[in-house]
Amino acid sequence: MTEETPPKPVPAAAAAPKKGPVATDASQKPLVLGLAAAVPGSVLSAKEFVGETTVDVALDRILDALRHLKNASFTYLVDLTAVDWKDRQPRFDVVYYLHSFQKGNERIRLKVGVKEGEECPSATAVFETSNWMEREVFDLFGITFKDHPDLRRILTWEGFNGHPLRKDFPVEGIDTGAAIYPDRYPEGGGPAPDDPNRKTLS
Amino acid sequence: MEISPSLLNNVLIPIVKALVIVNVMAVMSGVLTIIERRSLAFLQVRKGPNRVGWEGSLQWVADTVKLLFKEDVVPEKAEHLIHYLAPVLVVVPALTVFAVIPWGPEMTFRVPGIGKITTGAYATDLNVGLLFILAVTSIGIYGIILAGWASNSKYALLGGLRSAAQLISYEVPMGFAVVSVILMSRSLSLVEIIEAQRRMHLWFVFPGLLAFFLYFLSGVAETNRVPFDLPEAESELVAGFHTEYSGIKWSFFFLGEYANMVTVSAIATTLFFGGWLRPFPNVAALSFLDLIPGIVWFLAKIFVFMLVYIWFRGTFPRYRFDQLMDLGWKTLIPLALVNLVVIAIAALGGTRGLQILAWILCGGFALAVVVVTRTRSRKAARAARPVTPVEVRA
Amino acid sequence: MSAPAGIGEPEPPPDDHTLLGLREMELNFGPQHPSTHGVLRIILKVDGERIVSARPEIGYLHRGTEKLFETETYPMVIPHTDRLDYVAAATNNHAYCLTVEKMLGLEVPKKAQYIRVLLDEMQRISSHLLWLATAGIDLGAMTPFFYTFREREVILDLFEEYCGARLTLHCMRIGGLLEDLTPGWIQKVRDFTVPFEARIDEYEDLLTENRIWKLRTIGVGVLNAARCVEMGVTGPPLRAAGLAWDVRRAIPYEVYPELDFEIPVGKNADTYDRYLVRMAELRQSRRIVLQCCDWLEKNPEGPIRGKTPRVIKPPVGEAYAAVEAPKGELGFYLVSNGTNKPYRLHVRPPSFINLQALPEMAKGHLVSDLVAVIGTIDIVLGEVDR
Repeated sequence: MTEETPPKPVPAAAAAPKKGPVATDASQKPLVLGLAAAVPGSVLSAKEFVGETTVDVALDRILDALRHLKNASFTYLVDLTAVDWKDRQPRFDVVYYLHSFQKGNERIRLKVGVKEGEECPSATAVFETSNWMEREVFDLFGITFKDHPDLRRILTWEGFNGHPLRKDFPVEGIDTGAAIYPDRYPEGGGPAPDDPNRKTLS
Repeated sequence: MEISPSLLNNVLIPIVKALVIVNVMAVMSGVLTIIERRSLAFLQVRKGPNRVGWEGSLQWVADTVKLLFKEDVVPEKAEHLIHYLAPVLVVVPALTVFAVIPWGPEMTFRVPGIGKITTGAYATDLNVGLLFILAVTSIGIYGIILAGWASNSKYALLGGLRSAAQLISYEVPMGFAVVSVILMSRSLSLVEIIEAQRRMHLWFVFPGLLAFFLYFLSGVAETNRVPFDLPEAESELVAGFHTEYSGIKWSFFFLGEYANMVTVSAIATTLFFGGWLRPFPNVAALSFLDLIPGIVWFLAKIFVFMLVYIWFRGTFPRYRFDQLMDLGWKTLIPLALVNLVVIAIAALGGTRGLQILAWILCGGFALAVVVVTRTRSRKAARAARPVTPVEVRA
Repeated sequence: MSAPAGIGEPEPPPDDHTLLGLREMELNFGPQHPSTHGVLRIILKVDGERIVSARPEIGYLHRGTEKLFETETYPMVIPHTDRLDYVAAATNNHAYCLTVEKMLGLEVPKKAQYIRVLLDEMQRISSHLLWLATAGIDLGAMTPFFYTFREREVILDLFEEYCGARLTLHCMRIGGLLEDLTPGWIQKVRDFTVPFEARIDEYEDLLTENRIWKLRTIGVGVLNAARCVEMGVTGPPLRAAGLAWDVRRAIPYEVYPELDFEIPVGKNADTYDRYLVRMAELRQSRRIVLQCCDWLEKNPEGPIRGKTPRVIKPPVGEAYAAVEAPKGELGFYLVSNGTNKPYRLHVRPPSFINLQALPEMAKGHLVSDLVAVIGTIDIVLGEVDR
């Protein structure tokens, strides 16, 4: 083991001023320029923060942008999630994070704004791995994905009423009431002790 | 009071013997569990049950009492009568088999009030003893299939079906292995088979080395033990055919399994290891070994087999279903057929022929062991593996 | 009460798979089952014992962790991360702390980095040992369980001595560590690690050349490199497919660039190769632990915590940082609005994403192989369901 060490690659913002890292404009980076040229009208803005490139993409061009990036060696969808900005319009950000195995492990983040009730095109046509991630976003944020093969709740139970990661969802939870199988058990959470349909042993 | 000899010989003595054997077997299964758990614990660097009684020796009593008093849960949609019948169907044949197992030679002892009694240490000596065993042990499988079906549970059903397929596949090589012993001894009576080994000065394991391996492998498979414990494969089928059983009914399956293990070991001992005979029964210099009664020799040999069972359990992963079938049909049955032909030819030469075969087989086996251990190096095996470390620098 | 869209079971696909007019059976595998490693439920369609389709249903352990993150201040989030992958808490802590440090632009002292890496690698050893134990049991090999737990116990004892907890360590802090090492701890780690090589040989003696083990694992659950990337599968399954990709080398963090270790890769992308990869990783982790011990013995002095502000308020923005957890790439995506609580903190859990490949890996195999496949993905339901 050597005592003198090569400079550490990851906190890239280590040399930043004392206040902490600041965001810089990244729209002139070749990667972003390439994306803007290949998919016209897709790049709304781009910035770089702590060494990560984030590109705001128009909602209707997101699939094309993803497809372009996948062909440009960004074959691995690291993460797909959403952020709820409650009072902003559009309310939600759907965030894609892509990784390239070839270009020196470069990563790029795409963001699209989705209004409440608006449909986001499903990325499953491009990246199969986004299936469960989109189900999770649907479950926790209530963003629906167009053309998703199997858009069901994944973490909360079927019949749950609400989307827990929305900012207006109370942390202590809600009274789900009869939301569990409302068609089968109209009141309460399940069969009552004197319910004739109740299954008993022996 | 005078007891007529026919009453004594035909009724009283068999009843006493049957009672003794059934009760001893029931207790022995319990004792075997504690032996198994302790030996397994030894293999697995842990302690095992060591609180109840001396070093946990009474744990099985506590377990039995617990099982007797446990609630007997029957699934609502089970086929009640068959669900009840299945454990009985497992246990009864398992215990019935012990009627013909020869624990020891004929003994003579004096009973006060009755007089001198000469009797064998076995319930009966059927002249078709081997056939009887093969027939009766096969009945036990109905219990398992019915248990799987009657529980009305998919896991139990899969377990029962696996069990049926497994038993049918392994009954065949087992039968062939047994037939080769019949060829050597020219008798179906277990007592006569032991006597034949004494006459020939030869344990049948030597000429029947292959037959023994076939028999024991099939035996392990038929008793649903590791590595052939697919019908109850815990990690796949929860508990297989006895998933929906509890309490005393469940313990009946357990009793049946252990009784079957003892049966397989006892028959292996009888057919291949000279039963109650001491080692080298014809060598006069070892006659001091006769001080140990035959029944002790017999039990000691069974015990060794039980340890092998436990050793298997501590060593092997479980076979997959199709692999198990492949092993049975594609490997064991052809081998059994070849073995049968070889032994039939050797048996034409009588004792002499069998002895020559024994020398050839055992010599070949020893040679093979030496060659394999010498040539197979761990390093070469490691080098041939597909995983290689790669130096990756960012 | 009207149900939201997408509720309930999807329409069953048309029944095209029939044999002699018999329909396949639906088998409910879990959530209470001995080998689902928790509360995973898989709805199987089986034709005899052959799996026609497998559909995992998760969420039985959902605790709303990501919602809870938003209600806690930055340091208070750390104990929640312990409960994600509860058999590898150190890497969870580490990934979270890295993310916040990245946002703050904090420099972590060298010594703290080495201790973090040391803890990470010991955690990797303990996690892989637990994997080996349970994967063995899944295939009916009972004995390796006890052998690996003997060693795992020592590691947990060492953790306990260092930070007082055995599983939920909560030992890393933003900017460094909470406590310095206890005196003599490094020597104890060394006493465990040096003879550990022989222990790995012992496990391998039990399984690697075992005929039944090979029969059960070779060719089972194949997922080649291209499919791994498509499905986002990382960690040992990806490396067993032949792609030498490891976050520790690809996107290095802490002192990993200074350390000497190799990345094991497989060829056949099956369960056996994944087993071999994990066994090789045990050896590599052991090497890293020893190197960390060497460094820490040479440099016993030094701070263990950087210049962390008293109240942690990262600037407005977003960041993602990942570590190589025992199960794959574990990342945290943090969105900050400048307050002392995360606005949004998302976990990229490797188990969750690797589990997605289960139906593909299990299809066409037998029910027995499903158990092997679940084992080989190495999931922890705490992380899958969060």
